[in-house]
Amino acid sequence: MAQLGVKIGSLHLNNPVLTASGTFGYGEEFSDFINLDRLGGFIVKGTTLEPRQGNDYPRMVETPSGMLNAVGLQNKGVDYFIENIYPELTKYTSEIIVNISGSSVEDYAKVAEKLNELPRINAIEVNISCPNVKTGGMAFGTTASGAASVTKAVRNAFGKTVIVKLSPNVTDITEIARAVECEGADAVSLINTLMGMAIDVERQRPYLSTYTGGLSGAAVRPVAVRMVWQVHKAVKIPVIGLGGIMSGRDALEFILAGATAIEVGTANFINPKTTVEIIDYIDDYCQRHGVSDINQLIGII
Amino acid sequence: MEKTDKKTIHNYMVDFLITDSISAGDDVVLLRLTPADSNVMLRDMGIRPGQFVQVKTPGNATFLRRPISICYVDDATNQLWLLVRDAGNGSRAIMDSPINSVLNIILPLGNGFSIDKSGTSPLLIGGGVGVAPLLMLGAKLKEYGIKPTFLIGAKNRNSILLKNELSDIGETYVSTDDGSYGEKGLVTQNHILSNKFSSIYCCGPLPMMKAVAGIASSDNIFCEVSLENVMGCGIGACLCCVEKTIDGNVCVCKEGPVFNINQLLWHN
Repeated sequence: MAQLGVKIGSLHLNNPVLTASGTFGYGEEFSDFINLDRLGGFIVKGTTLEPRQGNDYPRMVETPSGMLNAVGLQNKGVDYFIENIYPELTKYTSEIIVNISGSSVEDYAKVAEKLNELPRINAIEVNISCPNVKTGGMAFGTTASGAASVTKAVRNAFGKTVIVKLSPNVTDITEIARAVECEGADAVSLINTLMGMAIDVERQRPYLSTYTGGLSGAAVRPVAVRMVWQVHKAVKIPVIGLGGIMSGRDALEFILAGATAIEVGTANFINPKTTVEIIDYIDDYCQRHGVSDINQLIGII
Repeated sequence: MEKTDKKTIHNYMVDFLITDSISAGDDVVLLRLTPADSNVMLRDMGIRPGQFVQVKTPGNATFLRRPISICYVDDATNQLWLLVRDAGNGSRAIMDSPINSVLNIILPLGNGFSIDKSGTSPLLIGGGVGVAPLLMLGAKLKEYGIKPTFLIGAKNRNSILLKNELSDIGETYVSTDDGSYGEKGLVTQNHILSNKFSSIYCCGPLPMMKAVAGIASSDNIFCEVSLENVMGCGIGACLCCVEKTIDGNVCVCKEGPVFNINQLLWHN
């Protein structure tokens, strides 16, 4: 077996396979299918300061090799998470990473501060790239100054590993990546969903209640690989790659492009065992290619 | 929400072989399937009427799986019955799958009907392909010594589904839009509704379920309906299939698909 452990900031992962926020619930939903302790870690759904009901139904439509969603960060809020969900998660040995979101810089900082108190939460992923909320979310992630201000506030509030999740809906993603690196982010993860739209031509109505939504699934993969490759070249901090990873082969594409770790998202809906199949594939791949340590493969393109 | 403790429910991902494919109307097929691994026993899965499955579409006809109601589980033959209507590329690829081909299925999903609330004279109303879960529900009720009555709605005499199977279990009444079989009109206009029932279980098009819910309310009897919101994952992870309830937005796949009408905002 190859050495699959990787390091993201001060976070040690047993292997580079994580789950993408919003596609894996709180992990428990997948426990009938996989042993959660086999994952490098899992990133639980977007958590905000106050509870959020999310957007109106319909929130999802299938598109060619992908799907558009407009969930809108439905969650019960950080206090509910700390009281009711976190205690359940501590039974797992995998790293638990909480994805956080807010409508103001102060919101982000408050959520980060609360999570900083939880001993089993060694990292947070800061979502400055949700395309489905009216205020905050992607608004912070589309300008270097906005991204920097959120990163700075979260950095001050959270003493452990800070990962900033970047939006692909920008002209130059490397500019945003550099800005968050400057403010002390330990890593960046990319890409969040690509903003898209689909219309039911018979009913002459958009499919989503919000008109636009976030595109995910295999369809976005080439865009994601390209951006991971660009960002890896532009920053010194580790890059976590995601966007349409459906298989072990796809995961390796990101690793070779420069990802230290990867996140599996939409694929979990189709094959709930995708994550562990990817871990097995990567191990097998390393053996086939005579690679003793996964770190030797990162960013060799 | 008053639902069975989720810890007692487990999900399985299983390859099934199609053993029978029977045309059941213009655009509907009844598939009978059995686990490809004969050691996998459906009776051990604790499947309840009203639950559903997520089917991987053959040949990647669609990107996501397609949710389908569990029509019936035959413990004796270890067979799962699915009634599949042509509703697009996904369901068409499933319907067209030949006998002996394999379908990958995740099951059992969601919460079923609350059988213990039926009382002694439940009425089971199904519209179109919505009759599917009523077969297993009716069979279970009968097992418990309760006599269900069925009311089926269909467009015309050729699109009445499961009439023979349901008639074997209980009295079955039919309403057709064009009057080519049974009574002409909507199920809610069928004369049988003037009888007294202890409960109503309903699955069908939304306008029908809303009308049935209205009748149940005015008669002040227990009523559950089965919703079919567009789903992503089927296991409560993606939060796409939400329905507005008195407890806020909840996932139809995990908290439903069966809901007491009093939980639903469209009824309140």
